[in-house]
Amino acid sequence: MNTLSLSQLRRNPARLIPGPARLQSLAMALMLPAAGLLIFLFIWHSAANMIDTSLGKFPGPAQVWEQSVNLAAEHSAERQRAHDFHERQALRNAERLAADPAAMVEIRPYTGKPTFFDQIGTSLVTVLSGFILASIIAIPLGILIGLNQTIYIAINPLIQLFKPVSPLAWLPLVTMVVSAVYVTNDPLFSKSFLNSMFTVLLCCLWPTVINTAVGVANVSKDLLNVSHVLQLNALTHVFKIVLPSALPLMFTGLRLSLGIAWMVLIAAEMLAQNPGLGKFVWDEFQNGSSNSLGRIMVAVLVIGFIGFLLDRTMLLLQRRVSWDKNAILR
Amino acid sequence: MNTYLQLSEVSIDFPTPKGPFRALDKINLDIVKGEFVSLIGHSGCGKSTVLNIVAGLHQATYGGVLLEGREVNSPGAERAVVFQNHSLLPWLTAYENVELAVKQVFKRTKSKAEMRAWIEHNLELVHMTHAMDKRPDEISGGMKQRVGIARALAMEPKVLLMDEPFGALDALTRAHLQDSLMEIHRDLGNTVIMITHDVDEAVLLSDRIVMMTNGPAATVGEILAIDLPRPRQRVELSDDAHYNHLRHEVLAFLYERQRKVEDFSAAKKARDRATDAPSGRSACAV
Ligand SMILES: Nc1ncnc2c1ncn2[C@@H]1O[C@H](COP(=O)(O)OP(=O)(O)OP(=O)(O)O)[C@@H](O)[C@H]1O
Ligand SMILES: [Mg+2]
Repeated sequence: MNTLSLSQLRRNPARLIPGPARLQSLAMALMLPAAGLLIFLFIWHSAANMIDTSLGKFPGPAQVWEQSVNLAAEHSAERQRAHDFHERQALRNAERLAADPAAMVEIRPYTGKPTFFDQIGTSLVTVLSGFILASIIAIPLGILIGLNQTIYIAINPLIQLFKPVSPLAWLPLVTMVVSAVYVTNDPLFSKSFLNSMFTVLLCCLWPTVINTAVGVANVSKDLLNVSHVLQLNALTHVFKIVLPSALPLMFTGLRLSLGIAWMVLIAAEMLAQNPGLGKFVWDEFQNGSSNSLGRIMVAVLVIGFIGFLLDRTMLLLQRRVSWDKNAILR
Repeated sequence: MNTYLQLSEVSIDFPTPKGPFRALDKINLDIVKGEFVSLIGHSGCGKSTVLNIVAGLHQATYGGVLLEGREVNSPGAERAVVFQNHSLLPWLTAYENVELAVKQVFKRTKSKAEMRAWIEHNLELVHMTHAMDKRPDEISGGMKQRVGIARALAMEPKVLLMDEPFGALDALTRAHLQDSLMEIHRDLGNTVIMITHDVDEAVLLSDRIVMMTNGPAATVGEILAIDLPRPRQRVELSDDAHYNHLRHEVLAFLYERQRKVEDFSAAKKARDRATDAPSGRSACAV
């Protein structure tokens, strides 16, 4: 009897969890977060009703939903205006060319106010540029100081010094340096983009550098011995032994860096009035209409959600490149 | 006979906070080409250190190692190591682990197809062809150890260094691998130094058994020649008077000297502490 049921289990491991129980656990996985969300919305709603600000009541869930619909509508209206503008311009130019084939026609870009969604796009491009550039610097640097004790001792004090520096302290310096150094008549990148990006870069270098270095320095002694006995050259050593060992810690660093990059960017955009979500929040704050707080709240939620998505993306990437598919990543 | 691998006056001091620690003292050992030598001795007496010095992973403080008359002072592929804990790269399959070694050794002399055939041949030697595309975490401990041996064999080393290669295995797997190792040694004629804790294993496989004394300042205690004819069959040998005599010799050597010397060393240590004189040596146990 006992052996019979055991062998059945072996053939069909899913049976280890009986049907109803499995359904139950699935329901739990969906129900509990939903319950948490509902309770949060209720508390938010009641608390918001009790807070009076100079701009009216603090926005509750309903107002925030209303404002997000508004923001989407404003976005499509703006797109429509841009579309109309380009159509009118094309029509006008065509008429002019028909009247006089030698006429000089000019194509002017549409200069509308960036919408909420435009700002999201700007912020995403900026944060990813800064983060990718930082990683390109940080990963090789981390490998270098992880491999070489001498370089580590030389550089470590500098890392410890710069790591805790707030982005807001870097920003004025970055701004001045960018405007002094980046002088061209036909700029490929706007200065505001470069300011935000370099500030992000300077702040999100460190976690990747430090974690990569720790990962590299802690490669198992046994594997190092294998590398010595096989007389692997430096490149093979790094790619076959060091990097795969250091990968988990490297990704821990990269995820920390990306999280910091996203937080730093919003702050930098607010302070420097550089285009992006930070500027959107600041503009709404200055604007001070009765809708402002609701719109800022939409931005807050979107910032959080994008931060979450960025982290998930890194996690997926880690799963993709990790050799250990059974490792528990969270 | 002419010496192939020679350890002469090998001594090593490890730096410690309390000053240098003399782990090995004046080890002398001459090994003939194709010989199978076992190192046996008490845990911590310095067997791995001897092996690491021959491998070039450690440097002797005094004395040195000569292989074919040339001094050994860095690791090299002609002295392949089978590590105590297999030390396969966990992110590579069995095939890729062997491939890494083969590419290092034969990148100039073998074509791609030849390398592939050679890797497969070596995995075949240890009966691992069926699992060559599996990663270390997908195969058993014995299989990992076999891949480790295949990796070392595939380098066609002049000297094969094995640090307790079967230490962590169950008796059946161990017996099976010992048989494979005897076959391989018969066919390829490698010079082998193997560390072991197992008296039966040492007698079955070796041409000579090198007994090491206890550390600190461990050295070669006694060397026992095993003149059993090859090929050796474990079942037949277990009933063979000479085999049992040799086995008895090792055991008696280890346990009798061990017991005698432990009393001796304890007494001597107490005396040393009193007089602050340098400590004497003592034989090792299994
Ligand atoms: N890098 C090192 N630094 C300091 N002391 C060391 C070092 N490596 C080994 N020792 C010391 O040298 C002695 C011999 O160590 P070794 O690992 O060679 O022993 P072993 O005979 O291989 O033991 P086991 O059978 O347990 O593997 C030990 O006392 C150990 O503490
Ligand atoms: Mg050892």
